Amino acid sequence: MTLDVAKIRKDFPILDQKVHGKPLVYLDNAATSQKPRQVIDALVRYYETTNANIHRAVHTLGERATAEYEGAREKVRRFINAPTTESVIFTRNTTEAINLVAYSWGRANIAEGDEILLTQMEHHSNLIPWQQLAKEKGATIRYVPVTERGTLELNGLENLFDARTKMMALPHASNSLGTINPVEKIAAETRKRGVMLLVDGAQGAPHLPVDVQAIGADFYAFSSHKMLGPTGVGVLYGRRELLEEMDPFLGGGEMIRKVTFEGATWNDLPWKFEAGTPNIADVIAFGAAIDYLESLGMENVRQHEAELVGYAIDRMAAIPDITLYGPNDVSQRGGVVSFNFPDLHPHDIGTVLDQYGVAIRSGHHCTQPLWRCLGVSGSARASFYVYNTPEEVDTLVDAVKAARAYFAER
Amino acid sequence: MTQEDYRRQEAELDDLYRDIILDHYRHPRHRGHLESPDATHEGLNPLCGDEVTVEVKVNGMKLADIGYTGSGCSISQSSASMMTEAVEGKSVAEARRLISDFTAMMRGGEDIDPDSLGDLEALSGVRQFPVRIKCATLAWHTLDEALNAAGA
Repeated sequence: MTLDVAKIRKDFPILDQKVHGKPLVYLDNAATSQKPRQVIDALVRYYETTNANIHRAVHTLGERATAEYEGAREKVRRFINAPTTESVIFTRNTTEAINLVAYSWGRANIAEGDEILLTQMEHHSNLIPWQQLAKEKGATIRYVPVTERGTLELNGLENLFDARTKMMALPHASNSLGTINPVEKIAAETRKRGVMLLVDGAQGAPHLPVDVQAIGADFYAFSSHKMLGPTGVGVLYGRRELLEEMDPFLGGGEMIRKVTFEGATWNDLPWKFEAGTPNIADVIAFGAAIDYLESLGMENVRQHEAELVGYAIDRMAAIPDITLYGPNDVSQRGGVVSFNFPDLHPHDIGTVLDQYGVAIRSGHHCTQPLWRCLGVSGSARASFYVYNTPEEVDTLVDAVKAARAYFAER
Repeated sequence: MTQEDYRRQEAELDDLYRDIILDHYRHPRHRGHLESPDATHEGLNPLCGDEVTVEVKVNGMKLADIGYTGSGCSISQSSASMMTEAVEGKSVAEARRLISDFTAMMRGGEDIDPDSLGDLEALSGVRQFPVRIKCATLAWHTLDEALNAAGA
């Protein structure tokens, strides 16, 4: 194995427990990841030694908290290779980051008759904000189809765009299928045509080496909690020139420069978009999560997941009657295995697997329109991360077989 | 895992998936559309995607005919099938009482006479799996709405 998983697992206290008398096998990482001791300690340490409001206090704790908060921003900048910390905005989550763009950029730049290009594999969080915007502005939305293999239909990429296409948004990797999309290739095309590109990196940044400059996207959004960090922190990377032009998303403290009864002027980037007291403690602990991932190396993380998913696909494909979704080629696939059986509902699979200590996701995974395209209402989904092992894949396979046997006519 | 382990695991599952529930899942009763329903109501469980549509024919004070369609897990679909058997031909008042008794049972109500629910008591095992309770009650809330729509 690429990673020293036995050593990694010792850092995750939550994994050392039994569920229904069985060792926990946590395979719901696409929903949220577990947190290492280092992240939990960073949170506790912050509250025990440093807690203060940031940016305005002149006292020592305030200065220390500000330095740690801005230090975390620098860690994020380095992690995604953003040119400057002014391009790194902290939000609550990926959803809020996307809403920020749809609101601040979209409402100023999308007009009646304009087109927004999305894909059929969109998570609801990268769908609803654009539907709301389109409805408000009288714009239209077109969806890039998903092929039977679970990849985007990108043949004739240059014909994908219409003269009225103003904006394209798509996931770096599909949370439902595992498909990794060729975002660099797409970005080259959008740039050439002056189409704005937002990449939903919720399933990208936690699992793949991400260099926002190499990708060339205008916006890239992701969440801390899916990459070993706490809940309640998201990141919006945006090209600085765009962020400069955009109006604030939320108004209040922190985001202003000067306020009078008549009006206000806005703070500099990135604080213009961080109204109110931010989630200081969780941002700092998110910095610890990034340290942890960098100590493993994102290339190694990716390699580890590719090994696991390749092994899982091979073993799962041998189960009779199973339908597996997503590409078989692991170079195009993240650590997600979605599956169905003709006569077994994903929830029933999930309940049986839970009895065996195996935590998976069942349902539509917030991609209802995608599943409708594929002719089902959802799937059972196992998803991997740095602490998962091939032995856990074996347990998953055994439990899935047990579920099949249990529901067989008796 | 040893054979013993498997058996213990299955015993816990048997409490949820009683034979009668699986029987209704595999051989649903009253599944399909009515020729001229007085009311139709579609029930959705947005968290898991379960869908149940209930159609009713009300004759005076009587629930003369009932059918359902939909898709979802074994619990949601069996509960719908078992419900149609339980309420068909009953008076609207009796059907309403069953809805109220069944949902009370699923909420863990203690003052329900289990005999009044008959086969439906089998679904009480779902209570040990809190996230699945909504699957079991979906059809019942949908029937309630369908009866409202029928003005019954």
